[in-house]
Amino acid sequence: MNPLAAALTVRDLSVTFTGGGREVTAVRNIDLDVARGEFVALLGESGSGKSVTARAIMGLTDEYTRVDASVLSVSGTNILSLSEEQRRLMRGERMSLVLQDALSALNPVMTIGRQIGELFIVHRKATRKQARASAIELLALVGIPAPGSRVDDYPHQFSGGMRQRILIAMAIALEPEMLIADEPTTALDVTVQAQILDLLGGLRDQLGMGILLITHDLGVVMEVADRLAVMYAGRIVEQGDADTVLDLPAHPYTQALLRSVPEAAVKGERLLTIPGSPPNPATTPSGCSFNPRCHMAIDICSTARPPLVEVALGRASACHRSEEMLHELVS
Amino acid sequence: MNSSADTAAVPGQARRLVLEATDLRRTFTSGSRLHPTRVSAVDGVSLQLHAGEVLGIVGESGCGKSTLARMLVGLEKPDGGSLAYHGTDVTRGRMSDRRLLRRGVQMIFQDPYTSLDPRMTVGDIIAEPMAATRSANAADRRARVAELLGLVGLAPDMVNRYPHQFSGGQRQRIGIARALALDPDVLVCDEAVSALDVSVQAQVINLLADLQARLGVAILFIAHDLSVVRHLADRVAVMYLGRIAEIGDTDTVYSSPAHPYTQALLSATPSHSRSDRGKLARRRILGGEPPSPVNPPAGCRFNPRCWMATDECRTLEPLLRTLGARDVSCHHAEDALAQAVMAG
Repeated sequence: MNPLAAALTVRDLSVTFTGGGREVTAVRNIDLDVARGEFVALLGESGSGKSVTARAIMGLTDEYTRVDASVLSVSGTNILSLSEEQRRLMRGERMSLVLQDALSALNPVMTIGRQIGELFIVHRKATRKQARASAIELLALVGIPAPGSRVDDYPHQFSGGMRQRILIAMAIALEPEMLIADEPTTALDVTVQAQILDLLGGLRDQLGMGILLITHDLGVVMEVADRLAVMYAGRIVEQGDADTVLDLPAHPYTQALLRSVPEAAVKGERLLTIPGSPPNPATTPSGCSFNPRCHMAIDICSTARPPLVEVALGRASACHRSEEMLHELVS
Repeated sequence: MNSSADTAAVPGQARRLVLEATDLRRTFTSGSRLHPTRVSAVDGVSLQLHAGEVLGIVGESGCGKSTLARMLVGLEKPDGGSLAYHGTDVTRGRMSDRRLLRRGVQMIFQDPYTSLDPRMTVGDIIAEPMAATRSANAADRRARVAELLGLVGLAPDMVNRYPHQFSGGQRQRIGIARALALDPDVLVCDEAVSALDVSVQAQVINLLADLQARLGVAILFIAHDLSVVRHLADRVAVMYLGRIAEIGDTDTVYSSPAHPYTQALLSATPSHSRSDRGKLARRRILGGEPPSPVNPPAGCRFNPRCWMATDECRTLEPLLRTLGARDVSCHHAEDALAQAVMAG
């Protein structure tokens, strides 16, 4: 297995909602790369389009959603050219998704064993007995105590952290090359969150899959991300190696986010804030979407949208003043 | 840490005592009639809130922090213990006492999308506490609403709009304005910023800090986010399964936690600094099942997951006792503290 092989390649992905008479573009022309064995974080606030991106990549969209992309491939397989049925078979087998709300993602009237086993029955044509044995094995892998007896329990008999582990178990059951985790720890307590992040990191090392972690939590990003993409109003505004981006952001939004967390400020002092609130996808401002809230905005920002361009080796930023930001901070 | 400045800001004992909870208890019964289970949500919590102070309460889900908040504002009646507001016991007895509590202690709720009536205008929402207590006439109420809107940073001409026309952060400001309408002495914030985006969260945290400084209102700030509490609170209480594990000066508790649970909780919190990457891998890992308030264990409630537990912990409930600048309920607090210092 080549560790640098691409697990996910996305080029020029746009997602438009066509329901309700008026078209609303939630994701605009984004590019994403995840290599095998790599932990990439997609950071954004609510409404930035990060979950829509995940669903579009997975092909979990409804009839009122239009997905456009020039390239969408999972470890070399172009998904766009596949039929709906072929795509369905890819889900679980080669790419999978872990959702945030584990209670509503699990079927309440099926035992855990049946739900996990279903994957093996559908994809691997396993017998019920084999499927159950594989389910027990997976439950042990994700650290559920006494898997042999708990396999016959129903979702409501598990705690929140356990349910999230079960979702992860289902997602990794067929050893996919690509795992997308949409806010997998947001509803969990910190001690459980630490366990889940550990688990994802360990599985990444063991199975060599690429992980795209969608989150709004900077603390989680700091801890696990190898690379980072920051989304704002449907666009990626900055991406690159996590160490460099977090150390020296080249986009004012990333910089402001980093400075607005309480830990960055001295106790009792005011936190740095970003005025206003994230724009509604239906009414994004002209020019740079961030310009009305940006402390560095100049005239050109409200008229011309800055493209996402490479500002240094391996990192890109969509800001007219990225160069200045990098230099000002360096000198 | 600028500890000297902080200790000056921490209210001394001379400050007026506003709210005092003594041995508050609340148990819920659930399950079937034949096999009832007892959920011990809050079990013997005592705390004091002084005028103008910010007390943070942290803990994981199920630790009873929301039940405690609801008892402090009078939304939930305690099974045992007492709650005194300005020295008057308000838990039992006369209606006038309970009215006193409602006027003086107000709550800011977690979810700004469900805590505002969608069919009331902002003006009506903010004026409702005044209408409910029949204080002020209509004209005075209108003037007060305009004043409150200005106080929380919203334009006074927004009074006739409806909640759906506002963003999450603005709605939370409306909720804060409503809580301030009766000029309370205490604000109870139950996860008031956790539903907000990071960029908006900072605005509301600053607003709360401003209001606290300008109006001198005491704040009981409940959150699961430890870094927010560290930023705002003068003192902090850590709760575990309905009891206070540790309570004390914020800097002391965060920098040298003496309760094993506080240590584990802090070590599992991701840091907002890249240089601390890998901190979680070095965390104190808790064994055992996650805590459940249903039929909690005897003795110290943390004992099944504690790496320092002895027979004493399994039988004898540790009482809160003073250790340095904090109170801690652990039989082995001295050892835990020494170990933490050795581990750096």
